[in-house]
Amino acid sequence: MTALLDINHLNITLRSPNGPLRVVRDLTLELNRGEALGIVGESGSGKSMTALALMRLLPRSAEYQATSMAYDGVQLPDLEDAQFYRSIAGPRIGMIFQEPMTSLNPVYTIGRQMTEASVARGLMSAAAAHKKAVTLLDRVGIPDPEDRMSQYPHQMSGGQRQRVMIAMTLMLDPDLLIADEPTTALDVTVQAQILDLLDDLRRERQMGLILISHDLAVVAQRTDRVAVMFAGELVEQGTAQQVLYAPQHDYTRKLLAAVPRLDGTPGRPAPATPRVEDVIVARDVSRIYTARKGLFGPKRDIKALDGVSLSVKRGETLALIGESGSGKSTLARILLGLDHATSGEIDLIGRPIDQIPPTERAAFVQPVFQDPYTSLNPRRRLSEIISRPLMLRGERDSATNLAAVKEMMERVRLPIRLLHAYPSQLSGGQRQRVAIARALVTRPKALICDEPTSALDVSVQAQILDLLDELRDQMNLTTLLITHDMAVVHQTADRVAVMRNGRIVEEGTASAVLSHPTNDYTARLLEAAPRFETV
Amino acid sequence: MTDSDITLAAVELDQTTLLTPGQIFRQRMFGHKGFLIGATLILIIAIVALLAPVLAPHSPFEQSLADRMLPPVWSEGGTWDYLLGTDQNGRDYLSRLIYGTRVSITIGLGAATVGLLIGVTLGVIAGYFGGWADHSISFLLTAQLALPGLLLAMALVFIIGPSIWVVIGIVGVLHWTYYLVVTRAATQRIRSLDFVAAAAAAGASPRQIIWHEILPNLMSSIIVIFTFELGIAILAESSLSFLGVGIQPPTPSWGLMIAEGKQAMFYRPWLVILPGICLFLLVIGANLMGDGLRDITSPEGRNE
Repeated sequence: MTALLDINHLNITLRSPNGPLRVVRDLTLELNRGEALGIVGESGSGKSMTALALMRLLPRSAEYQATSMAYDGVQLPDLEDAQFYRSIAGPRIGMIFQEPMTSLNPVYTIGRQMTEASVARGLMSAAAAHKKAVTLLDRVGIPDPEDRMSQYPHQMSGGQRQRVMIAMTLMLDPDLLIADEPTTALDVTVQAQILDLLDDLRRERQMGLILISHDLAVVAQRTDRVAVMFAGELVEQGTAQQVLYAPQHDYTRKLLAAVPRLDGTPGRPAPATPRVEDVIVARDVSRIYTARKGLFGPKRDIKALDGVSLSVKRGETLALIGESGSGKSTLARILLGLDHATSGEIDLIGRPIDQIPPTERAAFVQPVFQDPYTSLNPRRRLSEIISRPLMLRGERDSATNLAAVKEMMERVRLPIRLLHAYPSQLSGGQRQRVAIARALVTRPKALICDEPTSALDVSVQAQILDLLDELRDQMNLTTLLITHDMAVVHQTADRVAVMRNGRIVEEGTASAVLSHPTNDYTARLLEAAPRFETV
Repeated sequence: MTDSDITLAAVELDQTTLLTPGQIFRQRMFGHKGFLIGATLILIIAIVALLAPVLAPHSPFEQSLADRMLPPVWSEGGTWDYLLGTDQNGRDYLSRLIYGTRVSITIGLGAATVGLLIGVTLGVIAGYFGGWADHSISFLLTAQLALPGLLLAMALVFIIGPSIWVVIGIVGVLHWTYYLVVTRAATQRIRSLDFVAAAAAAGASPRQIIWHEILPNLMSSIIVIFTFELGIAILAESSLSFLGVGIQPPTPSWGLMIAEGKQAMFYRPWLVILPGICLFLLVIGANLMGDGLRDITSPEGRNE
């Protein structure tokens, strides 16, 4: 029996100003019908490029050669473009992308987008296509599929859109489904559902599945075989069990070691002397946004925070957990002085937050944001970015500022030679180090980290978490850590507060909440966290 | 603590040495053909404008009725005395073109700058503060867009009285809409990014955020619109002069020369073509240089 997909010695070259860049080198892969293959690697390792080459979606500056790239016995590179798009892309190979927010066209209804491909190809009548689309929407778990057909993408949540994307690719009954980081942009609870759905569909329809991800834990659970890529090369390939439990390559071992664990005792050990001093206190804080449609439209209230009370003690790490939209980032913005509470009181070191002047507040608390690609000004050099808080404080002596910047860069382990680099020259992990350096350069007492690692690869995440841990001990920082990742909480938190729909539904020490959650929702969050146990 | 950096970018960075900012800038500048062509054109035109009295073979005002409408030297009947011929009053066309450069460049730069100051200020205010500021400024924009620009300019010049400074002021005041539209949208996008929040959390005031965080990120769009508006302003001056309400004779201006040449256009086409070529070169030079500057100064270095 011939394999469904047979790639031999695939090379992809990208033209760049510094000469050609070989993003994929000598890749050989095979996939059988009904088999699931996981491709794991960090960003830039060439895993997405491989998928894009299969779909002829490579960027214009890229070229590929392969001794063989056969799909079901047909050599893909030999096909004319028109023939390829008519017979392969869509009807035979379907692809799902990472960002469900942008992969559906916002101006067309779900129904039109789902039926378009099959009707335009003349495979089905409009009525038959409509019927099939409704069945498929039902299959992927969209409630009221008939009504949804006439809705627009913005009327759905991220998880629902990703379901629609999956249903849409299934319209043409492909034999191979490529999912490129299908759940990276989604919440944990949704992530688990989508991955289970993909797995079920594959078994049901005997499809081949290529699951691309940077997260080994995600891939290992749902695939038969795993391929690990590093710097464009396939460094290891084997059954999921082999790769997980008996990794051969050094890189795979490092990648495995970097995955945060959910085993062992959760949280950090309790300190010798109990922490008593409350430095951040919120009492019954609510934030209501009033939205208005147009200039004279009716007002509508949205409750982002609904009577939240919490306190953070000096030197401790409080993890605030919840899904997107639960209000945790709004709380962070209020604590940072970027937003105001509609009602309720907030005290920083015993003083109401409205009475503290901005520079004093800045000296006390500093933020680290989620996305290091937007949290650094692209037009400023690292030296300017890191020293900016000092300048704003009125410290204008460039020599002492430079010394402070250099010291901070050493602390966050950034090479000093990057001093005059622009953020665009750095990797995601390095950028996040810059953001941390900027936050700590004024020696604040508290740090508010809003999902500091969720935009980063797993391997980088471990490094950043370790760094934060170390700095916290060195500088005796009080930390409010906002995250949706239970494994991160498990590793770093003293206490945990769980938020849902603008309210705190559970609060307690990390070990208590993680081992014996009393709230349903907390239990669900814990359940959904991807995990694997190694021996 | 695992100190070994296993990320791909780390591997790459260790192997390559980073260029200094100056090196990158030079490399990009000399590697950008469009910029080199545009900058050379603009440089030549600027030198011609500065050295006009030295370069011009005749006075641009001196009339010699015996030598009216002479063709350029390469046509039949042309003389080496008047390289590009003479106009209907017998003035040397080359000298008038050389002096006309001054008017065109002054008006182009002046009007584009006036528009920039108005448009960028309003755009940043509307984009950053939103709410009522945004509503009022957007209303102003709609009102401006509803007015017929050239007609209004004509009326204003007519009322105030024509002079080069009036033309600069009026053309500038009428050409701020592109700046506003682009900077407003860009500011709205940038102000929601995390680095603005980080600056605010570090205690920066709105003024400091606008100057330090937002304006540098608007630079590339502003440069492009500036060069674009530079061309438009020069053409607007030409139109006004052509219609008789711009630069007043006998001051030499390319637009005025085209206007004066139009009566004889079918018999003496060079009277229109020559100033037209000058206009074309200046406008295309400005646009090429603007696009180039944007590419060179952007940290990401696009189009490489």
